[in-house]
Amino acid sequence: MVAVFQPGGNMIPEVLTFGRTGFADELLRGALMTVYIAAAAFMLGLFLGQFGAMAKLYGGPISRLVAGFYTTVIRGIPELVLILFLFFAGTRGISAVGQAVGYGPIQVNGTLAAILVLGFVQGAYSTEVFRGAILAVPIGQIEAARAFGMSRFQTFYRIIFPAMLPNAIPGLANLWLSVIKDTSLIVVTGAGGELFQATKTAAGFTKRYFLFYLVSGIIYLVLTLTSNFLLVRLERYVRRSQSKLA
Amino acid sequence: MDWSWLPKFLPLLPHGIFVTIQLLVLTMVFGVLLAIPLGLVQVTGPKWLASLARGYCTLLRGTPLLIQLYLLYYGLGSVFSSYPELRQSIFWPILREGYYYAVLAFVLNEAGYMGEIMRGAFLSVPKGELEAARAYGMSPFQVLRRVWLPRAFRNALPAIGGETILTLKATPLAALVTVVDIFSVADRVRQETYIIYEPLIMVMMVYLILTFIITRIFGHIERQIPVRH
Repeated sequence: MVAVFQPGGNMIPEVLTFGRTGFADELLRGALMTVYIAAAAFMLGLFLGQFGAMAKLYGGPISRLVAGFYTTVIRGIPELVLILFLFFAGTRGISAVGQAVGYGPIQVNGTLAAILVLGFVQGAYSTEVFRGAILAVPIGQIEAARAFGMSRFQTFYRIIFPAMLPNAIPGLANLWLSVIKDTSLIVVTGAGGELFQATKTAAGFTKRYFLFYLVSGIIYLVLTLTSNFLLVRLERYVRRSQSKLA
Repeated sequence: MDWSWLPKFLPLLPHGIFVTIQLLVLTMVFGVLLAIPLGLVQVTGPKWLASLARGYCTLLRGTPLLIQLYLLYYGLGSVFSSYPELRQSIFWPILREGYYYAVLAFVLNEAGYMGEIMRGAFLSVPKGELEAARAYGMSPFQVLRRVWLPRAFRNALPAIGGETILTLKATPLAALVTVVDIFSVADRVRQETYIIYEPLIMVMMVYLILTFIITRIFGHIERQIPVRH
């Protein structure tokens, strides 16, 4: 702990203050960026996961095959490798499309690329969460909806979706916590400007590695613990209509 | 697609795969060994020990592995290097090596996740079986060794299999602290030839194959142990 405190006896070292000499504002901005990237990627993941689960459960042979390939491949490869690959492939792909259309090469914003890449990865995991949650909906409820003459689409949005939501919350909560932590991996692309990047810059600039990684770890912990606190309440809320298990 | 680099860099692959598997095995073995007491004290231990173990799991699960790794490698490493006595000691070659920091970070992290799993597994063993074991006159340690631990392990096996795959997918982080694993091969190809995609595709294939093998191994182990449904 020697390196944490300054010899002057000041509890808060100068490098951790706000303003020009300290890095507190940089870290704070990084933390906000982390939450922003994580939230956007999580949303994209939910969106993709919906379609993925529907394709796997109700789709034809081709959409089943595509969805199966998507989830198997994404979930079998390390996030770090995927992020690096999708980042390069994605930015170059978009740039190439721009060139083909005649706009010339498009510079892809690093933050946007990070969101798209993390969201694409999250989508594969969300697909499995939704698939399991939908399968856990009692089949009688779905049959009853059909018997009332609802179309497949109506059955899904009126019955299956609200009924599976409580089942999906714990899995989605885990995914949210993991996407917060996964934002740190964006650092390998050199883009994003999230908390880990800010920490790395601050630590490298001041050579106070131990201090900055410790502080940044505490910030991540605050983010995950706060999320946990809220998610437990959310789950209780969506489960309010379910009967308690013995 | 440009695979012209392959003949030159292919010889690096076996060593990379070996290092990755070594990291994985060390992490899982020591992670599980550490997780057993972590899970056990949360179920039967005194309150202060239980909350200490729970705090440990929360701490390790609530922060990114990358932060934990950097805190050890760069943080602790920079503290160590400020002591000249340490730099001249015989331990310095070990203290300088990223590999040991990676193993330590992975093991501590894995223990946090596995601790939760073992807690659930210990709880899932029917009370009656433990009572029966005690009624036979087994000491608490005998109950643990003969009944509780084996039964908990069987229940935890699917989760341990899942954790093994998650750990495999965490191993490339070691490349960020200079460990030469599979992922670092792709990095080297990129640095020397500026080819990005093809080496990454090769590395992804290797990880997919390893994932497949791990799934198979755990499926095999699970089938070895009979279960009554």
